[in-house]
Amino acid sequence: MLLYVVSTVFVCYLSFNLRRGQLTPIVWNTIFWIIILFTAVNAIAKSFSQERYGRLIYYYNLCSPQAIIVSKIIYNSLIMLLLSGIGFGFYAFVMGNPVQDVGLYLICILLAAIGFASVLTLVAGIASKAENNATLMAVLSFPIILPMLLMTIRLAKNAMDGLDWSVSVDEITTLLSIDLIVITLSYLLFPFLWRS
Amino acid sequence: MKKYWWKILCILILFYVIIVGFMGPVPHQPILNESIRNTYFHVALWMSMTIMLFTSMVFSFKYLRSGSLDHDDKASEFAKGGLFFGILGCLTGSVWANYTWGDPWPNDPKLNGAAVGMLMYLAYMLLRSSFEDEQRKARISSVYNILAFAVFIPLIYILPRLTDSLHPGNGGNPAFSSYDMNNEMRKVFYPAIIGWTLLGVWLIELRVRVKKINRFLREEVANTNPAKVHQ
Repeated sequence: MLLYVVSTVFVCYLSFNLRRGQLTPIVWNTIFWIIILFTAVNAIAKSFSQERYGRLIYYYNLCSPQAIIVSKIIYNSLIMLLLSGIGFGFYAFVMGNPVQDVGLYLICILLAAIGFASVLTLVAGIASKAENNATLMAVLSFPIILPMLLMTIRLAKNAMDGLDWSVSVDEITTLLSIDLIVITLSYLLFPFLWRS
Repeated sequence: MKKYWWKILCILILFYVIIVGFMGPVPHQPILNESIRNTYFHVALWMSMTIMLFTSMVFSFKYLRSGSLDHDDKASEFAKGGLFFGILGCLTGSVWANYTWGDPWPNDPKLNGAAVGMLMYLAYMLLRSSFEDEQRKARISSVYNILAFAVFIPLIYILPRLTDSLHPGNGGNPAFSSYDMNNEMRKVFYPAIIGWTLLGVWLIELRVRVKKINRFLREEVANTNPAKVHQ
């Protein structure tokens, strides 16, 4: 997956190579988040489908569904943090770094990583129950993840412009509350998925 | 009479809404003028869509608690009804926007949110169609339905409030808020919401009944065929 991020960033870099001067901050930001979104979908889609049937039954006997979903969310969040952190480093390295407030940008990455991971883990669980799950994963997750992505892009834009932190409090609280809603819902709903 | 009084009520209310909605007095606002009458149709349709999607989520919860397929039928039909009303709401909205804003689909956060919301419920339909086994289909799509509604509400009602929207009531545009919408309008607006919701429930009730009959017929066929083979 790490290779996936790095090569996508490199493809973007080469595609924009000729007109690097024309790359406005908005475009820079948007491309970064789209790369992260696709990385997240690809990385997390595997989290249920790659497990073998026997191992799922083993887990089923071993522990409660709540424990499974919480541990999957934590694991996926860590993976997303790692991927987006390295992705951001490499992206800033090759594409130039117009971010003025790196601290806020990192908070933004943290919130987005947790949010993406929690939404996509539940959706991956749903999609793995259906047969054609690669397409289904994208169709199911994009509309649901969109509000989160929009808030993240807005927050990231604030960080890039180096605005005062008080301006972004709204966005941070909204992102946090969406994260909380999604995590609670996955905690409550996953037992029903797990049974089948 | 006891069973279908609400259908008569629905027809009466809708006639009242259409007649008084077009003929009744309305306050004159800058920009909006007479097009304020669209409140009775566009806004009321959206309200009843939200009510229907909420009901759909409640039935999904009920299904997960009880496991009876009846609840799941209702949940899916309510979601379909909501989707249908959402499309009607988009159409009435864009006819109105064409004359008020001069563009049938301006780049407005509420419109984009609505489009994404519709996509979410279309994805729900797709998810439903990708399973064979009914119980499994019902359980997994119920989970998705609840998740979708939980994201739908912030998308439609919270996110647009954080930015300026072209919609009346946002960003300094004249609104239908407490003092802009006078009592004359309210006399039509609230019945309009009830009327459209009743119409939706009627539609959905018919579809649920068709579904039940189909299931019954299928079971009947499944029960009789083996018997014939044995004879």
